[in-house]
Formats: sequence, structure tokens, C-alpha cells
Amino acid sequence: MNEHFAVCIIVTNMAGVLTRISSLFSQRGFNIDTFTSGATENPAYARITITATGDQRKKDQLLKQLSKLYDVKKVEVMQPENTILRELMIVKIKTEGDKLREVIDASSVFGGKVVDMNPGTVCVEMCGKGTKLDAFLNYVKAYGILEYCRTGLIAVERGSNCMFSQPVEDAE
Amino acid sequence: MMLNGCDIIMEVLIEQGVDTIFGYPGGTVLDIYDALYRYQDKIKHVLTAHEQGAAHAADGYSRASGKVGVCLATSGPGAANLITGLATAKADSIPMVAITGNVATSMIGTDAFQEVDTIGLSIPVAKHSFQVKSIKDLAPTLREAFRFAKSGRPGPVLVDVPKNIQLSSAEFSPMPAVEKTPDAEPDKALLDKAVELINESKRPLLFCGGGIINANCWDLITPLAEKADAYASFSMMGLTTMDGTNERYLGMNGMHGRLASTKAFTEADLIIAAGVRFTDRATGNKDKFAPKAKIIHIDVDIAEHDKNIVADITVAGSLETALGYILENIEQKNNPEWHEIMKLFKQQEEDAKIPHDCLMPWDVINAVQAKAPADANIATDVGQHQMWVAQHYTFTKPRTHLTSGGLGTMGYGMGAAIGAAMATGKRSVLFTGDGSFGMNLNELATAVTQKLPLTIVILNNSRLGMIRQWQSLFFGERFMATVPDRKTDFVKLAEAFGAVGYRAETLEEVNAALDKAFSIDTPCIVECIVPSDENVLPMVPPNGTIDNVILK
Repeated sequence: MNEHFAVCIIVTNMAGVLTRISSLFSQRGFNIDTFTSGATENPAYARITITATGDQRKKDQLLKQLSKLYDVKKVEVMQPENTILRELMIVKIKTEGDKLREVIDASSVFGGKVVDMNPGTVCVEMCGKGTKLDAFLNYVKAYGILEYCRTGLIAVERGSNCMFSQPVEDAE
Repeated sequence: MMLNGCDIIMEVLIEQGVDTIFGYPGGTVLDIYDALYRYQDKIKHVLTAHEQGAAHAADGYSRASGKVGVCLATSGPGAANLITGLATAKADSIPMVAITGNVATSMIGTDAFQEVDTIGLSIPVAKHSFQVKSIKDLAPTLREAFRFAKSGRPGPVLVDVPKNIQLSSAEFSPMPAVEKTPDAEPDKALLDKAVELINESKRPLLFCGGGIINANCWDLITPLAEKADAYASFSMMGLTTMDGTNERYLGMNGMHGRLASTKAFTEADLIIAAGVRFTDRATGNKDKFAPKAKIIHIDVDIAEHDKNIVADITVAGSLETALGYILENIEQKNNPEWHEIMKLFKQQEEDAKIPHDCLMPWDVINAVQAKAPADANIATDVGQHQMWVAQHYTFTKPRTHLTSGGLGTMGYGMGAAIGAAMATGKRSVLFTGDGSFGMNLNELATAVTQKLPLTIVILNNSRLGMIRQWQSLFFGERFMATVPDRKTDFVKLAEAFGAVGYRAETLEEVNAALDKAFSIDTPCIVECIVPSDENVLPMVPPNGTIDNVILK
């Protein structure tokens, strides 16, 4: 049975590493749903969050293959019930006639923020779980979505536990 | 001491114990070749005819000796030509280091002459690849390449060195050769369960693969088989992990495996698999594989566990420790019922042999076996001849069988046979077909220059036999592109390269030609004319079971 899952990967912060990670997904027949990468508390390492879909066995295989890559220091599947999952989105929505007020109201209900306004359009910034962003998009579809852009999920475990910590001076 | 990049490469190779490298010069490695000129009393450089040959030679060198093979190529086409060799070594877990030159770092990304994205090309085919961007990283990166190539599940590692790095200087201090990172300690609790299963088993079967060769622990296999009172089947990569004359040795299993070996899996109640990865060619239909057996899967690579087959016990880590522990802790078993079953299977295997009145490929293989030294390196190419060698040649010493098992690279054998002969100083025999030989026969030039004791046995059926076999069995005998209709005269070809050639059409002629070939210590081709329409049997069709086996 296929499931949607999020993987966090700590990698050495070097050119070409993202290629190796994404190449592994395609080599093993996985479609990446979202892919984000960014700096961490330690400049020697970057943290990648990938969401993908697959069955349990393929997922286990993928994690093992990832963990074998030279540049990969740690791989972890994030448990949804114990993870803060967030994604950022900017949507440009048509606001013809008297629709502007309705769109602004809807975005504040969803916790969004208007970041740009023009006659006839408005840009809304929104952060949250993917499902919330989907719901908002669904709601404003009727007004006319001109374009939107999503960052893909990032994920951090709740509580004091950290996925990977290595003092900066010990970094390889 | 201050050294430039090229001299650092030489010094690191020497400290790692490398005395032979295979390569081909070019624009971005000219300075490295200039260093090789100065270091030629310490490092022997073997010029191949093509970079692919250099990669296969480094691979063959590694398989035969257990050391890390090294090849060297220029940027662009040189690096691109290594790719098949790297992929071959990766598929068979062979430790090697490939060094490539590249354009200067300031030129990278400008589509400079002979520039290609070497690292990008290498990602899916190498275990890892490094591009050296600073001279201070050069020596540590090269050492790390050697360590990573041989640690864990071994594989090929590429180090790309841009031209300006080769010419920069840095302080260098020699270090001892890097050791492989010790394999993980297997979980004792799991091993105890494995011991329990073996003690309970009435029909145990060892399934041995190339991982045992990489772990250098083949000495444990025969004692283990004897103490567990088990038989042993082998993946093609594992054929030399036990003396082939042992009565417990069943040979290769799977699609073209020996009948008793493949049948053993259907009756076994326990499979003790070590260093194998259960490929489709070995298992056939995975849902019906080993239906009565529990499976213990021991492998250094955790990613092999539950990848192709879900085992009952998966043990990760050192094969030597795991097998040693099992051997020490199991009871001395006695499984008379198993011997009865296997006696029957062996008889069935014997009965399935079809008598022939003309020269058959296996007649040639048996003739070579009778005359070749037991420690000869037996290399093969890929196709029907490869399967016949796997079925019929009785290997008695580890590391004497060199074949492209995982990737199935036609043209692998010439380079591998050269590398193996150079590594061991012993004779290499290459079994090849007229198709495979055509792929990389240019390396005959290399073998002649190096004056290698190399006997090339071409089983010439004037067909691309294995593909023809599939067209025959599964494509209604529509023979497309498998009847090359070539007019190559292999005897004259041998002479043109400065080697010796013989053609044989009968067993007497084969024996006479082999006598001559084995009496000279330079390359010799023995072309054997064999029937065009012979199929490799037995054959379990793709995704089939022993119930579908084709025997005639």
C-alpha cells in the first residue's frame, strides 16, 4: 500500500550533493513530490527534506540506499504525529469587482497574509501544512488563481530531541 | 616536502601499494604522464588500446589479487570511455580507483575542449566520485578514495583532478596505506537464531556469492557445509568460494544453473545465503523461490536485505565474523534424507545431458580445464560461452573466475584477462564468443605489447548466441541482428596483432592447438568452431520456476 512520507537527510554542504540525492530517487524509481534544501546550525552540513510516495518495502529500500551515499550523514523518516511540518506558499489571485474583500477575509481565516495588491489582483503568503495550503487553493479557485509557488515541506521533530548534532569544530 | 599535484598522485599511489596502473594519455593528464615518466621505476603504467579496456583491466587486476585496481584517463572522451568499466565494477562490487584529468577549474563549465561533466556521468555508475578543487585536498581525497573503494560493500571510486590542481604545489607527508573500515559486528542474537535454524534443519543449503570473495573468507565455506551437513549452491560471482570438486558443491543455480543446484532450492528447508543479492537471474519467480525454506541472509550491505527476497533472518555486517560464529556454534549435523534427495537430483542432472557427435562448446571448456594450470585466471565475456564456463568449468581456487555478473558487459573479458595476468603473473585464459570478442579485441594489442601469457579461446558459433537463443525460444525464431555474417579470420587477426592464432574444428584439433597455446607465454588465439544453433541448457525462463525448466 502506498503512503506519503517525509524524509529528512543531513548531508555535507558541498556542490553536487543535491544531484546525488535526487539521482538516487530516480535511479530507484521514486517520484519526488517535494524537495527542499537549506543551511543548518552547522555550516558544514545542509538539511534536505523530501516528500515522496511509495510502499513500505520500497521506502525502507530507499532509506537504506540513501544512508549508503558518501555525503549522507543521517537519514530519518519523520513521524507525522510527532513532527512540525510546514510549507510556504505565495498565491496570486484575481480580485475582480467586489471580490477583494472576500479574498482578504478568506486568507485571514486561513492565517495568510496579503503581501502585494494591484488593481484586480492580490498576492497572499501562507504557511502551514500542505493540506491547509491545498484547502486554501481549493477555496480561492473560484476567484481565479493566476499563479502560485510552493516551497515544499520542511520538517522538524517536536520536543528537545535533535536529528543530528555535531559541534562545529568537530565537523569533517 | 613540497610537491606538485602530479607528484602527490604518484606518492599516494605508492604509499597505497599500487605498482601497476592502466591508462591512456591525453591533454589534461599530460602532466600526470610526465610524473609517471619520472616514477617509472616505481609505478608500471600499462597503455591500453581504449580507456574501457583500462577500466576492465583495473577491475580484473582487483578481482584476481584482492587489491584495489587503478586506471587513469584524460578528460572528456577518456572519462566517458571509463563509464562502462565503472558500471561493471559497481554491479559486481569490485574495489577500484579511477583517476581522471579535467580542464582547469577556471575553465569548468565553459564547454572547453575535451570537457565533459565527469562527476555527473559517474554518479549512477560509481560508488562515489570526488572532484578535487584545492591542492590541499588532493592527497586526503585520494586516500579517502582508496578507503571508500574497499570498505563495506566495495566498489569503484572516481577522483577527478583538474589540470591546475595537478600543477599546484602543497606540503606532502607520506602516510601508511589506508585500511578498510572494519565491517560492522553482526548481531549475536540474530546469529544465535541462525545457529538454531541450522541445528533444526534437515535439508540445509548454502547459497554463496561474491561477497564471500570480497570478505576473503572462503575458507569457512567447506567446513560450514560439512558441519551443517549441507550442500552449496552458488551465484555466478560466488563460484570460486568452494573447491568445485567437493561433492557438496552443486555449482551455479538459477536461469542457467546446473539442474541439481537449482532443484536444491525447491527442496531445501533452510537457505543460508551469504554475500548474495538474489538477482532475478538467480531466483526466477521470486514468489515461488525456495518454497519450503526459511532464509538466513548474511550481507555486509544492509540495503540488500529484503530488497529482492524477504528473509527470515537478516544479518548485517562482517561475513567472516558471522560465518565464523555460525561454524563454531552449530552442532555437527547428519542429514541422511537430504543426501538421498540430492543423489536423485544429481542423477537427474546427469541424465539430462544429451550426447553429441560434433565439437560442443563444453568439450572445449573441458579440454582447457584438463590442460590449464589450476591457478590460471579464467576470464569470460558475456553470453552463451559465459554460461557454459559457469556450468562446466570446475574452479578449485578463489579469485580465479573473472566475469561480468551483474552488468553483463560484453567485451569485459579482454581487459579483465590482461589485468588478472598482470596482477598475478600467472596465465590468463579468456573464454569469449565471436560477438563479445568483437567488442574489445583491440586490447589484444595491449596483451602483445605486455607479452602476457594469455590464451584466448573463441567459441565461434557465428551468432550472437544468447540473444539468438531468446529469439529462438521466445520470439518465434525471428532472428534479427544475431547472425552477423562476418568474414573475420581470427587466425590472421591474431597474426596482424603480433599474436599467434589457431583454428580448430574437432576435439583433436582443439587439444593440439591448446598444447601449443599453453606452451608459449605470449598471447594466442584458439578459435573453436562450434554449432550455430546450440542453446544454453538447462534454462529456467525469465520469471519462471524449476517446473518450467527447458532441458532440451
